[in-house]
Amino acid sequence: MKAAIELGPYIILILVGFLPNEIWRLLGLVMARGLDEGSELVIWSRAVATAILAGVIAKLILFSTGELAGIPLQIRLGAAVCAFVAYIVMKRSVFAGVLAGETVLLLGGFLFSH
Amino acid sequence: MPVTAPVPETEPSTAANFFAGVRSALLSVFSLVLMGTYIGMGALTHSVGLSSWWLALSTVLVWAAPAQLILISGFGAGSALVEVAIAVSLSATRLFPMVVALLPLLRRPGTRLSDMLLPTHFTSISMWVESLRLLPKVKPERRLAFCNGLSVGYMGTAVVFGFVGFYLAAGLPPLLSGALLFLTPLSFFISTVNNARQLVDRMALVFGLLLGPLLAYWQIPLDLMWTGLVGGTTAYVINRVREAAQ
Repeated sequence: MKAAIELGPYIILILVGFLPNEIWRLLGLVMARGLDEGSELVIWSRAVATAILAGVIAKLILFSTGELAGIPLQIRLGAAVCAFVAYIVMKRSVFAGVLAGETVLLLGGFLFSH
Repeated sequence: MPVTAPVPETEPSTAANFFAGVRSALLSVFSLVLMGTYIGMGALTHSVGLSSWWLALSTVLVWAAPAQLILISGFGAGSALVEVAIAVSLSATRLFPMVVALLPLLRRPGTRLSDMLLPTHFTSISMWVESLRLLPKVKPERRLAFCNGLSVGYMGTAVVFGFVGFYLAAGLPPLLSGALLFLTPLSFFISTVNNARQLVDRMALVFGLLLGPLLAYWQIPLDLMWTGLVGGTTAYVINRVREAAQ
């Protein structure tokens, strides 16, 4: 976002964050009849949204920036895998998964990033 | 002259219904997830050089953690504005069916369109899941205030913990700041896994995890858009073919 500095972060928030996001809510408000959760359009749009979100997640873990980049890639990946395993083992608890992942990252970071 | 039915003294006021919603929000497990997510978002915002008030405003206006995540990390990566706007919009398509499914629960004879504006804006994953679970148990005339209270409870939690994460990240040693930054992808990863209960969603999740970094590594323009369209459509088509074969 090279133009970001000139445009100002608040204008970008409106144009690039708020409007492209809110349009779907307003569309839902206008067309709030006739579509159900099982319709094909709804299933497809949910799949596209899930894939995008997954792509963002994977990029943030693999190509980390800031202080997270100081923790080695193997530890970040290992922490994500441990979080997933803990989530499954602890009867699908999101909280347990996140806690396990953070614990592994902190321990690994403490032991190996120096 | 409209004849109004006598209101029983036990009938809770709009404010009481609103605060019952706020209370439900603060006591639910989603507020814990929101705290973790927005502490991470605060740390991320700090790391890309945006202000804490910018984050607070984005939480109130955008009110969709995935879209905020794409927007903030776009700032960090220096991505093209158009690309970020498309990715935000594609990530937000799920809001459309959510609004469509939610509003019939809130609408009563005589409900004005303007009454639906706030719940429409408030629609997001946490609020939607809890509204669909709780609203059927609430009397129809109390639902609107309850739903708005629920949403304000969640939004307030997110705003407050965004500030917490921002200022924690500013003052913590690098390892702990790194752990806070990790909270965002981690909590999203696990809660997306948790939301993907159907095969089509699970395939989309796996394709997205693989395609996202690959397309970025190959420096494909609009990599997130293609991740969504290719990964999501492939998952959808495979699912359709499987269903047709059965």
